[in-house]
Amino acid sequence: MPGGNGFNVDALVEPDRVHRACYVDDEIFEREIRRIFHRSWIYVGHETQVPKTGDYATTVIGRQPVIMVRHADRSIHVLYNRCPHRGAKLCSQRAGNVGAAFTCSYHSWQFKLDGKVRHIPIQNGYENTRFSLDSPDAHMKPVARLEVYRGFVFASLSAAGPGLQDWLGAAIAGIDDMCDRAPEGEVEVVPTCFRMMQKSNWKIFLENQLDAVHPSITHSSTGLAAQKVEQEMRAETGKPPPLSYHYISAFAMELDKWGALDVVGYPNGHCVLQGYMGLRPTDPDTLEYEAAMRQNYSPARTEEILDVNIHHLLVYPCLSIQSPLQQLRAVRPIAKDRTLTEIWHFRLKGAPEPIYRRALDYFYLVNSPSTMINADDLFNFRKCQEGLESEGGDWVSFHRNAGQDRVEGGITTTNIGFSEAPMRNQFAAWRNYMAAEPAA
Amino acid sequence: MSRAQENSAGRDPLPAAAVGLETQHAVAQFLYRQAEILDDRLWDDWLALFTPDGHYWMPAAPEQLVGEGQPNIFYEDHYLMRVRIGRVNHPNAWSQYPPNRTGHVVSNVVVEAADPASGDLVVRSKFLVAEYRNDEQRVFAGKYRHQLKKGPDGYLIQLQRVDIVNVEGPFDYVLQYWI
Repeated sequence: MPGGNGFNVDALVEPDRVHRACYVDDEIFEREIRRIFHRSWIYVGHETQVPKTGDYATTVIGRQPVIMVRHADRSIHVLYNRCPHRGAKLCSQRAGNVGAAFTCSYHSWQFKLDGKVRHIPIQNGYENTRFSLDSPDAHMKPVARLEVYRGFVFASLSAAGPGLQDWLGAAIAGIDDMCDRAPEGEVEVVPTCFRMMQKSNWKIFLENQLDAVHPSITHSSTGLAAQKVEQEMRAETGKPPPLSYHYISAFAMELDKWGALDVVGYPNGHCVLQGYMGLRPTDPDTLEYEAAMRQNYSPARTEEILDVNIHHLLVYPCLSIQSPLQQLRAVRPIAKDRTLTEIWHFRLKGAPEPIYRRALDYFYLVNSPSTMINADDLFNFRKCQEGLESEGGDWVSFHRNAGQDRVEGGITTTNIGFSEAPMRNQFAAWRNYMAAEPAA
Repeated sequence: MSRAQENSAGRDPLPAAAVGLETQHAVAQFLYRQAEILDDRLWDDWLALFTPDGHYWMPAAPEQLVGEGQPNIFYEDHYLMRVRIGRVNHPNAWSQYPPNRTGHVVSNVVVEAADPASGDLVVRSKFLVAEYRNDEQRVFAGKYRHQLKKGPDGYLIQLQRVDIVNVEGPFDYVLQYWI
């Protein structure tokens, strides 16, 4: 670590560059888990993953395995995945239904869906011991804080800190954008989660999400191949290619157009990249969808909703949301050089089926394990990680347009898509989280 | 449902058609040829294996019954396969440097159904694929189910279903082209 012993955030993060140790140092990674992932709000899942009583889904918050479960009173609970008896995990699958109670496979201790102990099979023998059913130690431990915003379930392992909506601030517009686009104002998860294991630090993935320089370089092979097939399809069928081809051919858009995109940085590291795909065509399916929107919203409100132009919302440190295409990637750091992403997509409730198919096409082309897009991203991430492990240089450069950002009310704006403002904004939040050890 | 229950319901979960050795031999040769085409990256030959409206399909879950309108790991017609080939062949396909190499073994070939009039077949088989790239080797295993059309020049694939055993596992990606 630079500066020898101890953690010195000033030696790691400067306004326009960061030290490579942020990506390759095991101790810094452990501190990130404690200081960031065990304290900030972390996306757990969507409540439609657990529609029925006893439905559960498992994931991790930092290093902590957790269960999101639906209670009979319809409330959502997020509990540590640990039996208070001998510590066995209670749920060993990614999702399922436990019925009326969790039952441990080891000694059959049972817990209600809010985590309270329900039954211990052998009740004698605890007289004159310190064990008591009244003690918190007898129950599954709930997360310190839990909030659900429009179906999106977030938890924090720390009792202290801002509430979810304060923490999201204006970045909440990205979640609203996804839900508002549903004629019924809600989204529903599609129960297929693709998981991608990246052999790189979690921050490299997040930095890439708002990097408007890379697409036309990293993804040129796929963009150009798709453009060629689009032309062939027009010639062979006499019809315009489906919108899905545009999703990938747009990656080969000229660099200048990427440079014209707006990027916005919010407090706590959240960022937004403006949309570029022009996802408001005038085909019959879109017109049918817009008619459904007008039935549920006023025409003026419908225009307002459809005019929102977001490509990516980054909820730092845990989430990348593509609201107009109803997908998200949840970030689960495993090690300094290993990051799992859980990738989901959603249906707009009340929207015609062809509108869902658009989200599905993007999910397939960009986010599935056969992706022709992320394959090249993951290759770059891994090369970054391997290069950063070297001693060929100490610094990662975020200099582009540094000092030229407009900052007003804590919100950073730039209309230079190439600005490295989003990365600087993420590291400003990183500094705050990492600077001091939490109070015990 | 157990095998016995399936049978008591009158359905054989592992149907097999009585076909002659010649058909059995011809279809096995077809599957071996497809495997060689993939291992040798002969993309024009790959496209020529499929009917004009044929699909290559790898579902995202074993219980999936159709590819259309569902999340899939692969679901590609000729046009999407052409995009993929165009990408893999493009000098800027960064993650194809170095390219991967594969070795396919196809076995356990069972003709599930045969249409005596058309000669069309439904065929199940198993595969093992070793993939090597960048000092790492991965192994994929699973089953194929081919719906084959009999044409004047042999069989063509109407639909190839590919179920890999680690379907829900985490991947960095599966393959950059077909398994």
